[in-house]
Amino acid sequence: MTLQTLTKPWEPMSYGFLDGSAKREIRRKMIKAIAVPGCQMPYASREVPMARGWGTGGLQVSLTLVNPAMRVKVIDQGADDSVNAASIRRFIARVAGTPTTMDTLEADLIQSRHRIPEEVLREDQVLVLQVPNPEPLRPVQPNMSIARQMHADADYGRMWLQLYEQIVRSGRVMQGASYPSLVHGRHVMTPSPIPRWDVPKLHMAKHLTILSAGREKRIFAVPPFTRVEPLVFSDVPYKVEDHAGLTCHRSGTRGFFMNEIPQDDGSSVFEVSDSEWGVKAIRRRDGEEVALGETWYKNGKMPS
Amino acid sequence: MTLTLDAPRIVTTHPLLQVHHVSKSYGSVTALRDVSAIAYPGEVLGIVGESGSGKSTLLRMMNLGETPDTGSYTLDLPDVEGNLFDLDRFARRMLCATRIGIVYQNPHLGLLMKHSSSGNVAERLLVAGERSFATLRAKATAALEASEFPLDRLDAPPIELSGGMQQRVQLAKAIALEPALLLLDEPTTGLDVSVQALVLDTLKRLQQERRITMVIVSHDLGVIRTLADRVMVMRGGAVVEAGLVDQIFQDPQHAYTQQLVHAKL
Repeated sequence: MTLQTLTKPWEPMSYGFLDGSAKREIRRKMIKAIAVPGCQMPYASREVPMARGWGTGGLQVSLTLVNPAMRVKVIDQGADDSVNAASIRRFIARVAGTPTTMDTLEADLIQSRHRIPEEVLREDQVLVLQVPNPEPLRPVQPNMSIARQMHADADYGRMWLQLYEQIVRSGRVMQGASYPSLVHGRHVMTPSPIPRWDVPKLHMAKHLTILSAGREKRIFAVPPFTRVEPLVFSDVPYKVEDHAGLTCHRSGTRGFFMNEIPQDDGSSVFEVSDSEWGVKAIRRRDGEEVALGETWYKNGKMPS
Repeated sequence: MTLTLDAPRIVTTHPLLQVHHVSKSYGSVTALRDVSAIAYPGEVLGIVGESGSGKSTLLRMMNLGETPDTGSYTLDLPDVEGNLFDLDRFARRMLCATRIGIVYQNPHLGLLMKHSSSGNVAERLLVAGERSFATLRAKATAALEASEFPLDRLDAPPIELSGGMQQRVQLAKAIALEPALLLLDEPTTGLDVSVQALVLDTLKRLQQERRITMVIVSHDLGVIRTLADRVMVMRGGAVVEAGLVDQIFQDPQHAYTQQLVHAKL
């Protein structure tokens, strides 16, 4: 027996780009994060060939989770075909040899920025969200050491102060994205910059959600069937964006989260934000056999 | 005719606040040396002394912001038991939020300068667990009204307000939860004389209406004379003289107190 036979053949890079120790560390931190839902776990956050702030946190989690049999879907602001989403998807496919897809129903791993797909995710799917700022207390407590202590004490009174200020100044809660939410009745997390529309999708969801901030080096998670409750006053109910009555001008679907597209004459039209949902609706309208999954929102309403 | 006298109230009531034999040193500097203080319900205890005499340290300890090397601190309140210095951080925070109000000399310490004034008061209520917007709004407004804050500036951030107004916001925040104990750390220092008189008026009125026990720290004998019932004179971390305000100021016994009273007059 020679040393040669015991060692692995030389490879230009390890599987999934990250080296073994980096992936092991991220795995361990993910397990911790799942064990304590909503609690931010620090991790090393390695270099990936992408600038911080472009989804390095989400990419590291995706690279750790992938195997050659996993179908990967990447979305950016709801779109599969934006530059950032396409680059990340191509990168994962290249370093991990995974098949890719745009269809939410076919995907095993979904990395996303700013949106959760409109179709209900299943138990066997994992959602990875890119998080720019993982600390919900930052607007009310700039000192991170004290913020950590506040998390430990579940001292979240000041989060409501933020909402109070918004109602006093503007007459309503202005928090449009990253709406602070209480996970499992214990930790307040920021659910990444998803719109208010998407926060109820996390509540008691069947899928696992992992949120990762690459620059801030924090991982947190929402395990399946976990309570995620947006912070509200007892007499001011939580309201999602008023998109239920809008119709997509391309696909004709109604009751989903829309992008507003300004027109030359000063008016605007709307386009469904989850691009693949829109594409599938158009293909079905054109007579193709397309499987449309069940959606979280039905007729613009989230069934409670 | 026989005359029956009730025992004086001071004999029959238990002191609300008791601090016993508190000592604290920072390295080689001794901030407090075996200091004891008591305050009866509804009483105003004044603490005077020069800068560095330990009066602010003592007040911080009464607000549970600091733990002494030795000594004990009790408050005679329902469901508050034992030496408060032994409480953990969580219990301290709840106690401070619900039972003790504090007004600092520097409003930056006690207020969030860029949030609205009513929000600053509401924060106290939020920490105590209030989650209804309408209730928060009503209670914050009521507390600000009680401290004679002009209600048309309700939602102005403290940074846009004058010093006297900032102190009123602090005061409203301190009394929002109707605390048993109100701590005032040089509440009128740095205000001009007329504003100072107005703030003192408000404090006096609150004290008479609500019978809050107050501990007021000041180096200004005029403030102590106006507000306090009893006074402690501190120097170099120790109490040199204590007694009724009139007694101390008319007939000071200790050389330092004499100096202080003469300097004023």
